[in-house]
Amino acid sequence: MSFIEFKKTSKSFGPLTILKDVDLAIDVREVVVLIGPSGSGKSTLLRCINGLETITGGDLIVDGISVKEGHARLREIRQEAGMVFQQFNLFPQMTAAQNVAIGPRRVRGTGKAQAREEALALLAKVGLADKTEHYPSELSGGQQQRVAIARALAVKPKVILFDEPTSALDPELRQEVLNVMRQLAEDGMTMVVVTHEMSFAKQVGTRLLFMEHGKITVDGNPRDVIENPPNDRLKDFLQHVH
Amino acid sequence: MQVDWSVIFDYIPQLIAGAKVTIYITLAGLIGGVIIGTLGGLMRAYGGRILNSIAFVYIELIRGTPIVVQVMFLYFALPVLANIRIDPMSAAVLAIVVNSGAYIAEIVRGAFLSISKGLNEAGLAIGMPQWKVLLYIIGPLAFRRLIPPLGNQFIVSLKDTSLFIVIGVGELTRTGQEIMAANFRAVEIWTAVAVIYLVLTGTMTVALRTIEKRMRIL
Ligand SMILES: Nc1ncnc2c1ncn2[C@@H]1O[C@H](COP(=O)(O)OP(=O)(O)O)[C@@H](O)[C@H]1O
Ligand SMILES: [Mg+2]
Repeated sequence: MSFIEFKKTSKSFGPLTILKDVDLAIDVREVVVLIGPSGSGKSTLLRCINGLETITGGDLIVDGISVKEGHARLREIRQEAGMVFQQFNLFPQMTAAQNVAIGPRRVRGTGKAQAREEALALLAKVGLADKTEHYPSELSGGQQQRVAIARALAVKPKVILFDEPTSALDPELRQEVLNVMRQLAEDGMTMVVVTHEMSFAKQVGTRLLFMEHGKITVDGNPRDVIENPPNDRLKDFLQHVH
Repeated sequence: MQVDWSVIFDYIPQLIAGAKVTIYITLAGLIGGVIIGTLGGLMRAYGGRILNSIAFVYIELIRGTPIVVQVMFLYFALPVLANIRIDPMSAAVLAIVVNSGAYIAEIVRGAFLSISKGLNEAGLAIGMPQWKVLLYIIGPLAFRRLIPPLGNQFIVSLKDTSLFIVIGVGELTRTGQEIMAANFRAVEIWTAVAVIYLVLTGTMTVALRTIEKRMRIL
């Protein structure tokens, strides 16, 4: 069984069907890059994995647990599947270290001193050893997003879901975030990444998915698919993001 | 009739006793009101359809009727309906609890919903249950936004206690009226009563401003 399995998964908002019978299996250590036009359902697909959206049809299994098994099991899934948001969503009243430590403290039940120690180590890992006592408002966008990655890592997930992690950043700040993500991939982290960064897709991705109108229409090796787009709409899309 | 401010001095102990009753009703009522209001507001903001509807009906019922009618209902109608005796003091406290609770619920709901949805999702996404996200993340942020409108409601409730004159509670306004009935010193007595109210509301304002200043508004 794969680590994440979409089984004829559907998602509707009222009369609006956003995901249509998606079948998709993602294995451990894959770095899946998800691309597609705005509104095609990329965020929704990602958010179904950790239950921020409730699926309305089919099933979705994460590490052997169905997202339909109820709140308690869903929290287990969320500890397995961390998420990094486009808008960072750091807790503004907490320092970088506190943002990272709160997960272990309140979810894993780690002691205060130990949680802090782990937080400092993670912040060092994302290159922010000197910013641990800064509040989010005192950090650049790129630094905030790196804190957010450390916060996701702190809960010791098996997969991290990235929803356009660099889209809110000025171009000169994107690379520092992409470098951290590349390092994570090299360390063997399973990742699902919604992004428009085609060079990241080519260099780091192990698999590329193209989504249109709630369906995955292209699924292949990033290099092959980007160099020889199998359909015109992907070709067209790639011309616009380059 | 000459205005003679010295007559006030004879009645100071009586006025202070009245003010104490006012303070007691206000404090006891607001403690209950904050509890009910917090619950009601959270039910409105995060409850399912049923909890949300219960809170909605309660809030609209209270906001749509005058507090005098509410306290009359509690004091005169409820004993008939439920066959229980209720003393004026309890009816007064209960009226403030129920009344301020509805307004505070709206304040709490507004404050919590004004916090970005993304922060709630970030908390859920690391595996925290909803109640922990509210307690550790959203609550502390919402609290800062709660203080100014809450302060306003506290002052309104304090002044509302004067309406309990209708069920004969010996609070400050009623005390003023009783003194008046004995000596007809309208100018002196009502001035004194007004000044005491101003001191009470002023104290509240200063206390709230101090709390507000101590906190980083985010
Ligand atoms: N909570 C919601 N209620 C209604 N429609 C929504 C909601 N969230 C997303 N949608 C709609 O679903 C569609 C897909 O959204 P999304 O998954 O965010 O696309 P993408 O991330 O690919 O841009 C959009 O048309 C959007 O308007
Ligand atoms: Mg999106």
